[in-house]
Amino acid sequence: MIRAADATPLLEVADLKVSFDTSRGTVDAVRDAGLTVFRGQTVALVGESGSGKTTTGHAVIGLLPPHARIGAGSVRFGGKELVGQSSKEWRALRGRSMGLIPQDPMVSLNPVVRVGRQVAEVLHIHELATGADAEQQAVRMLADAGLPDPERHARQYPHELSGGMRQRVLIAIALAGRPQLIIADEPTSALDVTVQRRILDHLEKLAADTGTAVLLITHDLGVAADRASHLVVMSKGHVVEAGPTRQVLRSPEHPYTKALFAAAPSLRSAKRRLGPRSAGQTVAGSSAPSDAPVDVADAERAPLLRVTGLRRFFTVPTLEGGREILRAVDDVSFIVGRASSLGLVGESGSGKSTTARVVLGLDRPHAGRIEFAGQELTVLRPRALREIRRRIQPIFQDPYASLDPRFSVEQVIEEPLRAFRVGTRASRRSRVRELLDQVALPSAVRHRRPAELSGGQRQRVAIARALALQPELVICDEPVSALDVSVQAQILTLLASLQDDLGLSYLLISHDLAVVRQICDHVVVLRNGRIIESGPVAQVFDHPREDYTRELLDAIPGRRHDAARVGSLAGE
Amino acid sequence: MRGYVVRRLVHGAFVLWAAVTLSFAVLHLVPGDPVSIMLGQGEGADVSNVSAAQVEALRASLGLDRPLPLQYLSYLWNAVHLDFGQSYSTGEPVTTMIARALPATVSLALLSLLIAVATGVGAAIAATLLPWAPARSLFLSTTVVGVSVPSFWIAILLIQLLSFRLGWFPAVGNDGLTSLVLPAVSLAIPTAGVLAQVLGKSIRTALGEPYILTARAKGAGRLRILLRHAIRNASIPTMTMIGMMVGGVLAGATITETIFARQGVGRITVDAINAHDFPVIQALVFFAGGLYVLVNLVVDLVYPKVDPRIVVRTAMA
Repeated sequence: MIRAADATPLLEVADLKVSFDTSRGTVDAVRDAGLTVFRGQTVALVGESGSGKTTTGHAVIGLLPPHARIGAGSVRFGGKELVGQSSKEWRALRGRSMGLIPQDPMVSLNPVVRVGRQVAEVLHIHELATGADAEQQAVRMLADAGLPDPERHARQYPHELSGGMRQRVLIAIALAGRPQLIIADEPTSALDVTVQRRILDHLEKLAADTGTAVLLITHDLGVAADRASHLVVMSKGHVVEAGPTRQVLRSPEHPYTKALFAAAPSLRSAKRRLGPRSAGQTVAGSSAPSDAPVDVADAERAPLLRVTGLRRFFTVPTLEGGREILRAVDDVSFIVGRASSLGLVGESGSGKSTTARVVLGLDRPHAGRIEFAGQELTVLRPRALREIRRRIQPIFQDPYASLDPRFSVEQVIEEPLRAFRVGTRASRRSRVRELLDQVALPSAVRHRRPAELSGGQRQRVAIARALALQPELVICDEPVSALDVSVQAQILTLLASLQDDLGLSYLLISHDLAVVRQICDHVVVLRNGRIIESGPVAQVFDHPREDYTRELLDAIPGRRHDAARVGSLAGE
Repeated sequence: MRGYVVRRLVHGAFVLWAAVTLSFAVLHLVPGDPVSIMLGQGEGADVSNVSAAQVEALRASLGLDRPLPLQYLSYLWNAVHLDFGQSYSTGEPVTTMIARALPATVSLALLSLLIAVATGVGAAIAATLLPWAPARSLFLSTTVVGVSVPSFWIAILLIQLLSFRLGWFPAVGNDGLTSLVLPAVSLAIPTAGVLAQVLGKSIRTALGEPYILTARAKGAGRLRILLRHAIRNASIPTMTMIGMMVGGVLAGATITETIFARQGVGRITVDAINAHDFPVIQALVFFAGGLYVLVNLVVDLVYPKVDPRIVVRTAMA
């Protein structure tokens, strides 16, 4: 791969130490980190949040936050030492020799400037082009980055573009100065899998065409395995393992790398089953009623939730200033059996979250029936609906945002009990301790506030809160997508064991098919508000009937590498 | 867009109605009778040597003997026709009085707003852009001083120093630009302080946004980042402030004009309140309210030009 002529590395980071000044003193975010990138090479920097991978990337491009310091080590780029160079030298380098694709495309573009100008700005700064010429070049660069109809979109503002389109704009910005190295910091984590794959494919092609090297920073081992020729694995500020991708995947040496592999949902696919369990009810999609032989005679097996012909429309303004009807949910039907799990999968905009909101009673459908334990919810009066709410509880996506920051953990978990006037103060408190025990948190955390907990701990608190009223159905909206992979694995295991212990039913909404595969019995694939395919998980995943389902499955990162082989190696 | 403006104007009419009704109620609730004040001033002595019949006659001629609801309705009817009657104290038509005083106050308000915006924006930029941290904190702390110090105290200080001690500007009066400087500056300083704080805070927030990282990764320098990326994103709260400042400057003008003995709307307001000169006060409330409504409408219409994400809703929600 590396020819003799290219033997000088483009980027060489050695013994890098970065510390942050905090109110509690100095914290080392990166210690003795080293990595090498040759010209035209793609190297992935893998690790969980807090591992120091983003800090390392920012140190390379000189964009560390003000309270960070490089304590030791060197960053050599094209043979030149970057540590300690003047801010003028940095400005000449950034955007010209090194480009950055930032983490979240939704917030990384200036909201009040047209996107074409934001691309052209790179050319202005480095005096590569001026005026109308720069604007024209920007349109061409947007086209190169794969933005459809670039002339029209160049005149639009970021909020008028989708997340995938914004990421293409950011790629155009990063490549505008024809840099030798691109630092791509979680470039697609905020995007749908299919969009993610198209963007990464395109970035790979652009990098290959222009001979640009890529330092790909990601928490997703699947993405790293698919895209990089070399892996550098970081944990707690240290580089714990590095080498050619194939070699690292075949025989991970460091325990952390092994654990990371074992936890990566995309590289393994077995359903988390803890023990034998009663057969759940099957699923019927409106498009495929034959999938669901419903045995009504058996009262025990009657479905807990039956949604029929659900519709929810919105009126949305169009780009041209008119209005149109958005069919967010259009004739969706499914069944969730007792003690069973149904996964709703689809890209953003497929209607899965709207469906969840309607079932939770947070939104009203325009048409359709929602039967919960034999009761029709859409015609219930508010008081009766409130009683039903005890039995249907939600777990939301972002544990950082869904817990009241001013409540203690105890107050958070106790609130549903207070709202329904369950028990006495003392009995509620003891229930809180019981619930904390169920979600495997020490009872001491009950006096802490959400901000003092990690993401995984917060999601455990959210689960305990959802369980407080002993619901029968728990609606999980992207329950793990905000968490690190190893934490994801723990939360999914917890959800599976709670289901076995308490006989819960889950309606699980996820864009991540790997997560659905691990926890669900049945799956419904949604697209643009309509059901594309539905059936038992094994059937849909192993023998998808629709092209769209196949596309979703193919887009799961890690597919390029022989998943079975990697999975079996890592599992041992 | 036109529908939006019409709707806002209807809202504005409601605000005006509420303002004049409230002022009407307050004027008739506070102790003190305009008739006895007028007679007391007119005779230069106490009211006892005026016969009850004279008082009643004056009261009737001013229409103050009618029941309050009737007075209120006739006042509303006249206000709709922009007819505010005559001043109790001078007998002059109220609109003429206000029109005569307006230029002095408008020039004072405009100049002080100009000074406030210039120094406020300047201080906010200096407090974020200066390369030396102590200098930045110095600018930051001066804004706190500007906010905290009352304008009348600044006025007295300025008169002491710049007119009495140095004799650069006249201490009182209405003649020309030189007499405008001290009142405008003393009125501008607290406003500038608030502006600098709001804008400075918004700029610092904007500088922490991820799109600033994108701009820095392009190789942009501090000045470009501040001017092209941060300030425009930070300007919405500041624009809201400027809209509200118009009201503040009008209120401040009453104090400033009194201290600097300037003839202006502020002075008329103070005199009218002292004399319980109902027609003048009510006309002033009406005009001040109308100005406030208009300025805020203009600010709301400018928002979408600054931030494309803000869409003026053209239909009823």
